[in-house]
Amino acid sequence: MNSEITLKLPRCKGCGICVAFCPKQVLGLSELGKVVILKADDCIACGQCELRCPDYAIFVDKKVAK
Amino acid sequence: MERSFEQYFRQNRLPHLWCPGCGNGIATKAIVQAIEKKGLDRDKTIIVSGIGCSSRASGYMDFDTLHTAHGRAIPFATGIKLANPELNVVVITGDGDCTAIGGNHFIHGCRRNVDLTVVLFNNNIYGMTGGQASPMTPTGKKATTAPYGAVDPTFDACKLAEAAGATYVARSTAYHVQHLTDMIANGFDNKGFSFIEAMVQCPTAYGRKNKMSDPVELMKWMRDNAVMKAAWDKLPEDKKVGDKFPIGLLYQDTEVDYATAYEHVIEVAGGAGK
Ligand SMILES: Cc1ncc(C[n+]2csc(CCOP(=O)(O)OP(=O)(O)O)c2C)c(N)n1
Ligand code: SF4
Ligand code: SF4
Ligand code: SF4
Ligand SMILES: [Mg+2]
Repeated sequence: MNSEITLKLPRCKGCGICVAFCPKQVLGLSELGKVVILKADDCIACGQCELRCPDYAIFVDKKVAK
Repeated sequence: MERSFEQYFRQNRLPHLWCPGCGNGIATKAIVQAIEKKGLDRDKTIIVSGIGCSSRASGYMDFDTLHTAHGRAIPFATGIKLANPELNVVVITGDGDCTAIGGNHFIHGCRRNVDLTVVLFNNNIYGMTGGQASPMTPTGKKATTAPYGAVDPTFDACKLAEAAGATYVARSTAYHVQHLTDMIANGFDNKGFSFIEAMVQCPTAYGRKNKMSDPVELMKWMRDNAVMKAAWDKLPEDKKVGDKFPIGLLYQDTEVDYATAYEHVIEVAGGAGK
């Protein structure tokens, strides 16, 4: 896993924008209408989800090798 | 890692009240990131808004902010700028706020070339009051006041701004977030009336009426129909059809701004007792 996804769930309104524009189908929505990480290992840290989230609820950082 | 733009939000006011998927949150982030990019001093930057869903943005932004009357953000902003020309004055307005009730203030703000940066959140509808048609509802699109589709021709607010005397005119969308941020940031560099139309999705009022209640559909529409200005200019007329529209820097000019012109009058008249 080369990326670290941070969620601020109280802000998430489950609009699905991050899910739709993720090129790797990493994200989904839970039954409660919140974003969930389905396939963390597939994330390429492209930042498309963070870029368009209208609620500033998802952030992705590239993991720096330790 | 915590993002640096968070400092520009009143954290105790988040999450904001906008509907799930509303584009206003994206455009608001673009404004604060443009402010950060240009290194504007927060204590010298004022956010002024009118009335509407879009105009609620000022309440989330951690600056000196002014939430004014419907259609009147530009006159308030003009007063602020003339009283203290060293301030950066940013106006947030909606398509109804700016081109319907505030239409006259808008054209005269442009005509005077007041040094403001005006960002119009264009969701093509009166969002806050439940979906009445605005002057920027595309002809044929539905609204509560246009159940068979809007009959009226649509205002192109960018062309209007250019014709009225604005000296920086640009357009972008909530899909093209980085481009939108750049269009706003470059507007700060212009000493004069800068107008940026930010197309934003309103899934609730506009979307539901027009069979696009999924915000993703509205954003895909922006992605598929926006054409960068350089490509737009090369497009033959018969290809500029359907929903296609240009984004980017649409017009720029250099003219003396209103505060400078006024300063000159103050000097000629013997000073203002400074
Ligand atoms: C003087 C006055 N007239 C009418 C209203 C009712 N009103 C509130 S918001 C609004 C329209 C807002 O539309 P727009 O500027 O497009 O903002 P949006 O909600 O779509 O972001 C109207 C007519 C008002 N608040 N004040
Ligand atoms: S885009 Fe943001 S608000 Fe919408 S579902 Fe994803 S994280 Fe939640
Ligand atoms: S960073 Fe890119 S790949 Fe990773 S979850 Fe976000 S959109 Fe998907
Ligand atoms: S009504 Fe439309 S513009 Fe207003 S908050 Fe909801 S989606 Fe946004
Ligand atoms: Mg509107």
